[in-house]
Amino acid sequence: MPQTIHLDGPTDIAGFKHAARRLLVQGVPPEALIWSCEDEGTLWGTDSELDASAAAEAPQPPASLVRVPPAFVALCERVLLHREPRRFALMYRLLWRLTHEPRLRGDPLDPDWRLAEGMARAVDRDIHKMRAFVRFTPVWEGEEGGQPGGLPGEVPGEVPRHIAWFEPQHHIVEANADFFRRRFAQMRWAILTPERCVEWDGRALQFRPGARREEAPAPDAGAALWLTYYQHIFNPARLKLAQMRKEMPQRYWHNLPEARLIAPLSQAATARSQGMVAAEPTAPRPYKPMQRGRGEGAAAG
Amino acid sequence: MDLNRKLAILADAAKYDASCASSGTDKRDSADGRGLGSTEGMGICHSYAPDGRCISLLKVLLTNHCQYDCLYCVNRASSNVPRARFRVEEVVQLTLDFYRRNCIEGLFLSSGIVKSPDYTMEQVVEVARQLREVHGFRGYIHLKTIPDASADLLERAGRYADRLSINIELPSEQGLRALAPEKDGQAIRRSMGRLRSGIEAAREPAVQPIRVLPGARPRPARPPRFAPAGQSTQMIVGADGSDDRSILATSAALYRGYRMRRVYYSAFSPIPDAAQALPLKPPPLLREHRLYQADWLMRFYGYAHEELALDGQGLLRLDVDPKLAWALAHPARFPVDLNSAPRELMLRVPGLGPGMVERLLQARQVRRLRLEDLRRARLNLSKLLPFVLLDGHRPTSSGPGAPAAQLPPRQGELFA
Repeated sequence: MPQTIHLDGPTDIAGFKHAARRLLVQGVPPEALIWSCEDEGTLWGTDSELDASAAAEAPQPPASLVRVPPAFVALCERVLLHREPRRFALMYRLLWRLTHEPRLRGDPLDPDWRLAEGMARAVDRDIHKMRAFVRFTPVWEGEEGGQPGGLPGEVPGEVPRHIAWFEPQHHIVEANADFFRRRFAQMRWAILTPERCVEWDGRALQFRPGARREEAPAPDAGAALWLTYYQHIFNPARLKLAQMRKEMPQRYWHNLPEARLIAPLSQAATARSQGMVAAEPTAPRPYKPMQRGRGEGAAAG
Repeated sequence: MDLNRKLAILADAAKYDASCASSGTDKRDSADGRGLGSTEGMGICHSYAPDGRCISLLKVLLTNHCQYDCLYCVNRASSNVPRARFRVEEVVQLTLDFYRRNCIEGLFLSSGIVKSPDYTMEQVVEVARQLREVHGFRGYIHLKTIPDASADLLERAGRYADRLSINIELPSEQGLRALAPEKDGQAIRRSMGRLRSGIEAAREPAVQPIRVLPGARPRPARPPRFAPAGQSTQMIVGADGSDDRSILATSAALYRGYRMRRVYYSAFSPIPDAAQALPLKPPPLLREHRLYQADWLMRFYGYAHEELALDGQGLLRLDVDPKLAWALAHPARFPVDLNSAPRELMLRVPGLGPGMVERLLQARQVRRLRLEDLRRARLNLSKLLPFVLLDGHRPTSSGPGAPAAQLPPRQGELFA
């Protein structure tokens, strides 16, 4: 009769570690377990349920009985953030096999190991893309319109809140929050996602349940400068859309303001670069040639 | 001229600089309560343009007025492109604004030469100084350096920047003389040498401890910070007559002699308002791609530049990648026995990258490698199997499994 282990949410890595350690020492094989966390439900009805937190209060077996390579622990912390519901079962199975099959440790080509590594890489990629594609919009509480000389919309003297909307693929918001804290420590910012939100007020990171896209601010006047930059840094003589899509998949486009420029820029590109090739060279502009060796910091050598 | 228009002109002017890296520098952040920004060692591409290039930095020219008349450059003195000039504060504010929006990792700043090289360099360094010292900016800064700028300016540039670069522009002296007569090839190399010295000196631990006070424990002197992410450079491909042999030889010499982190190859693009002396044809993008692949082979796979297989004109083949070209040109070295070959030979097998080679070597210590392992490892087996030997597989000498079958079918015309 399979045992069900309840975890405290989709990223309850500590709960998994406690339960896994205890079950391993008790000799419970992977096939006899069902892992479940609140948001994902279980396959079957609950039989002998065992709350992971209750298990944590029970005396832990001595650490020497359970020896796990540090590489496995590091792998766990990445794999368990993946959205695949069977990730806990996979990691327990790997742990079980590592304990009972010593040669597994030296074999990076094993299928379970490759599967876990593939999931860990997917989580790493998602974390990296979140760091790349989160876009903050500054929101000023005061009047609209700033003083001349500042950037559009800026209200001098006031510290704005920077707010972003993002849609990660995996459960990575809590794991990634510290990166943003370290980078933007003196800013006040918030990242809203459908599953989880994080906010930094200058003292502590706070986590809240997910939000809706409408709660995030609309693009401000200053966002236009970024679009200008995007348009002009692109070289129309080189069109490599497949390469671009590989690194910036289409699923991120509706949250990246520059994405709507991609189609018009690509369409115009061929015409523009053919035009440059076909154009007659223009008459050179007259200029005064620079005199070398006069008034420069030329060193002796 | 308003900021939007200036940005349009000066970003346009900067697009021919291929460098976009934001990686390789020391790790730092703003968690200590001051400043803005962090670097993590690994770069971050915040966006991608339809040319497939990553957008990691705000890449602009401080001004595209220029006194030089280099024929391949859109900003040359005799060109009719619209001109603009940023104020130092404008570049600083743009960088900070984009950074706070998390659109960039930092700034890449170049400039046309106005008044004198030292005057121009002074302005460029001033942008970096204000970012670091006035605004506490801790993100990435890459400064283009002007050859033969004074030693003091170079030292200050290295203090504020993560990476410095000087474009070598062309692989040969003759090419440079023909297309950029005001640029001095020797001055360029001299400056690269100075950058190398500064970078290496900053990395060395101090040899002599310095006593601070009588009786105090001696503290090793910290060498002054200088461009922790090193230096890079760029070569234009297809504007002069240099073949790939000379390009790769130049690259190898640059990596060795100046400890370059990266050499960028930029296919000469048709530019608006082109000089009459330059070829007006589509940029040789495939040739540029092959050069990057060859560059990778030199840096990560242990190939010497003389080993790379070239055709009768001294060019890399366009129809197959350089690794496959080498394998086809050296049939005596194959098939490679994956259960016994040394690392250097495994790295020569088409379809095997350095990461996979390490995994195979590690797995080999506990058991023999089988065909099953390669299947499960999601490798491109059709590319790889003609060249390897392992349990369950041996390649044929003819037919679809043979090395010769890797050649693409002959095409009437190869396009760039």
